Amino acid sequence: MQTIGQQFINGLSLGSIYALLALGYTMVYGIIKLINFAHGDIYMLGAFWGYYVINQLHFNFILAMLSAMLFCALVGVVIEYFAYRPLRHSPRITALITAIGVSFLLENGMSYLFTANTRSFPQVIKTVTYHVAGLRISNIQLLILGSACFLMLLLELIIKRTKMGKAMRAVAVDPTAAQLVGINLNHTISFTFALGSAMAGAAGVLIGLYYNSIDPLMGMTPGIKAFVAAVIGGIGSIPGASLGGFIIGILETGVQAIGLSAYKDAVVYFVLIVILLVMPAGIFGKHTKEKV
Amino acid sequence: MLTVKDLVVNYGAIQAVKKVSFEIHTGEIVTLIGANGAGKSTILKTISGILHPVSGEIIYQDRPLKKVTAPKIVRAGISQVPEGRHIFPGLSVQENLQMGAFLRTDRTAISKTYDDVYHYFPVLKQRRHQDAATLSGGEQQMLAMGRALMAKPQLMLLDEPSMGLAPIFINEIFDIIKAINAAGTTVLLIEQNANKALAIADRGYVLASGQIKLSGTGTELLANTAVQKAYLGG
Ligand SMILES: Nc1ncnc2c1ncn2[C@@H]1O[C@H](COP(=O)(O)OP(=O)(O)OP(=O)(O)O)[C@@H](O)[C@H]1O
Ligand SMILES: [Mg+2]
Repeated sequence: MQTIGQQFINGLSLGSIYALLALGYTMVYGIIKLINFAHGDIYMLGAFWGYYVINQLHFNFILAMLSAMLFCALVGVVIEYFAYRPLRHSPRITALITAIGVSFLLENGMSYLFTANTRSFPQVIKTVTYHVAGLRISNIQLLILGSACFLMLLLELIIKRTKMGKAMRAVAVDPTAAQLVGINLNHTISFTFALGSAMAGAAGVLIGLYYNSIDPLMGMTPGIKAFVAAVIGGIGSIPGASLGGFIIGILETGVQAIGLSAYKDAVVYFVLIVILLVMPAGIFGKHTKEKV
Repeated sequence: MLTVKDLVVNYGAIQAVKKVSFEIHTGEIVTLIGANGAGKSTILKTISGILHPVSGEIIYQDRPLKKVTAPKIVRAGISQVPEGRHIFPGLSVQENLQMGAFLRTDRTAISKTYDDVYHYFPVLKQRRHQDAATLSGGEQQMLAMGRALMAKPQLMLLDEPSMGLAPIFINEIFDIIKAINAAGTTVLLIEQNANKALAIADRGYVLASGQIKLSGTGTELLANTAVQKAYLGG
């Protein structure tokens, strides 16, 4: 019972990271139907940014995370502008291959600039472990869960309540009609990349704190898992991405806990296949029913 | 107000609009009638900046609309109610209307426009918190018109607003078009329902295979035997 509880807590922390990442995949897919394979690498850049500003500029945690979000938002916007925008009217596969190319560029570029070595992330916050009802919960875990929930709530508010958020939804469902009411597609798409990349940046700093190590290839596996999370939740769906992230996180730690560490990735893909067989559009996916 | 001169629009190798010219004067209701595939929607999309002409000119209030983007055209005062409504599902009725006013910032004036729209279409006010996708076809048409009105256009382009609607809805929609026009908005109306369109129009143009074949006042065209044969079932 206690191990289950313990793994659940660990799973929630890891799941928060996947959820933050999955949001970016799902938002970008929702608006331009592109699977942004470079998204995991933006998370890596966020972690490196955090590493540098904490070590060199002695930023505190909050400042490091906020600045990483800003930096990643900018990177996301720049990538969209130079790599994806020129391909807006090309076949989807072209943009997809470009996204893979951008991913390689970021991974190899960072390996070249900073070497491929693993670095230990500065522990700006001293880890304190609380014992509650026989369970171990660290302040870092609480911080991750708290920050992730706060950011997801903020995102939900932006998308649901602000004019720009509504414009994002309008462009996602009907870009031509959106233009006819005066919405600028380019601005809206940039805004979407900025939001999604900012979430990835926050996740990068949080994971640095949690696992205490970063390297230029750290974005690959979490990137794929977050993508799986987005698909499980129903790609294009914001609540789906959050839920999917938590599911994957809990699943992964659960599998590790029962001694199947070596199979944890296989289990994730197995669940993906099962869910897609039962619910092809994912948990919150849109049933493609159209009114004629 | 709007002059279209020798407009040519292609889809790849297909020439959909072949040297079309027409004009709309301030305050008028002008209708463009024609069979399926005549090029009517293509002309409207080009005016709105969604499509770009191969050649020819569109001049709006003495300003050529060459290379002007769709949002700037809305800002200049031209709004379109697209064929097939194209409301935003997943957004509430009110949010759809809010998107119609996307480029406006004058809060008090916007709330006045909401009142005007809800006055024309009281059902939209009742349903304002409902997902737009749950509206009936006729209500969605009203929402599409309300959304275009939210931009406070000087020129409103309507693409087959009566399509797929029951007769009672059609009459209501035509009455409202007249009312909108009477309140000072110039209207370009595209219709297959030529009888009704010509009856409320000041002038009309008949389009076939991408070319203007006839033009005249609404009454002239209604009385024209060729028009009767081809479009009025006479
Ligand atoms: N996206 C497109 N690609 C290729 N051809 C197109 C496209 N859209 C329209 N066309 C062609 O251009 C011509 C004019 O189409 P348009 O939609 O303007 O006709 P319309 O007069 O609006 O017809 P309807 O009354 O059926 O709406 C048609 O022959 C049509 O097949
Ligand atoms: Mg048409």
